[in-house]
Amino acid sequence: MSHVVSLAPPRRPGPDLRELLSRVVRGDQEAFAALYDAVAGPVLGLVRRVVRDAAQSEEVAQEVLLEVWRTAARYRAERGEVLPWVLTIAHRRAVDRVRSAQAAADRDRRAAAASHGGSPYDEVAEQVEGRLEREQVRRCLRTLTELQRESLTLAYYRGYSYPEVAQVLGAPLGTVKTRMRDALIRMRDCLGVGA
Amino acid sequence: MTALDPHTLTGAYAAHALDPEEHDAFERHLEHCPPCAQETAEFAATLARLGAAEALTPPPELKARVLAALPAVRQEAPQLVRAAPPRRRLARSAPKFALAACLALALGAGAVAVQQHREADRARDRAAALARQQETVAALLTAPDARTATATTGGGTGTVVWSAARGRAGFLAAGLPAPGPGRTYQLWYDDAGTMRPAGLLPTGNGTLLLTGPLDGAAGVGVTLEPAGGSPHPTGAPVLLLPFS
Repeated sequence: MSHVVSLAPPRRPGPDLRELLSRVVRGDQEAFAALYDAVAGPVLGLVRRVVRDAAQSEEVAQEVLLEVWRTAARYRAERGEVLPWVLTIAHRRAVDRVRSAQAAADRDRRAAAASHGGSPYDEVAEQVEGRLEREQVRRCLRTLTELQRESLTLAYYRGYSYPEVAQVLGAPLGTVKTRMRDALIRMRDCLGVGA
Repeated sequence: MTALDPHTLTGAYAAHALDPEEHDAFERHLEHCPPCAQETAEFAATLARLGAAEALTPPPELKARVLAALPAVRQEAPQLVRAAPPRRRLARSAPKFALAACLALALGAGAVAVQQHREADRARDRAAALARQQETVAALLTAPDARTATATTGGGTGTVVWSAARGRAGFLAAGLPAPGPGRTYQLWYDDAGTMRPAGLLPTGNGTLLLTGPLDGAAGVGVTLEPAGGSPHPTGAPVLLLPFS
């Protein structure tokens, strides 16, 4: 008998996020604190990846988490799990931040400042339990064609709009949109994401 | 591949790469297009894996700040069960390309369903016929004078698309209640009050190229009929979609 080697992250008996969120809808701050513990790391990590600047990333992450509190009632379980819902909010807010021209100017200024003084936030560590997940995502990203991978990562990790992606890659708009979908289909299948 | 090609939109939408207008249009469309919503949800879950892979340990001050801010942030009230959307006309609320997206995705979903059932040749022939119909209806959407009208019933939507220049109409059902055993939806052209049979749709999710030409019809009606259809409507219409 051979055994299947799974690269999936170990299933820890984590809290039931749907249950927590349904309590958050009723104004339960304790439930929100538990939900925070489960999602704040991914939220901050994703925002930081897009926004780059540490201080701005924390601002955005705080906005995201308060939006989760404010709009918890909008979550619809039939549309998917809680973490994707939260990270969708996080990504949208991070993208809004980097697409603002003023923010871009601030970012550059602060980045220049940070490169001299350094920042305590830069000490922030990658979550240990994120390592396996990170490995698996990277492995799957390597299965994409270069155009698929770049279309997806420029949009998702850098917050580029698809016309910006097309310009950077020198590819037609329609091609970029198609590649983004192709990339997501491959990643979905490679990561074994269910409906 | 043209701007009507739908396969591009779910991915760019999920990655927040559409411009705001396209984003909003596609979001409204998702309400009417279960296959698009399904794929979008899968992509959101996929991207969440990419996002979660970037997880960092947040500084403790962040939690303190967020928790301290909660009392000042008013929570939205839970939504009551949504009433049927007030819009009756899809043409205003969602662009044609989005409807084409739904058709094309429905086409893919249909092919998968058939593959799973493998009722062998009969099913494949039916699927091929269905695919041809869906392609024809999708092509109808590209007619320069193509128009659409939508109405809702029982939590589902029926959309008619027509082109006066081509003299044809198509019908797209999304999430209509199943007709029930021994029953079918039947489409009718409304010829100034006289209902002319225009085809059968035995499911609440599907696409039908209406049989026969528009021929000056004032609209399309949908009734529930015994399987095999009726020469005349036997009950009140469940949907009425005027060509206006």
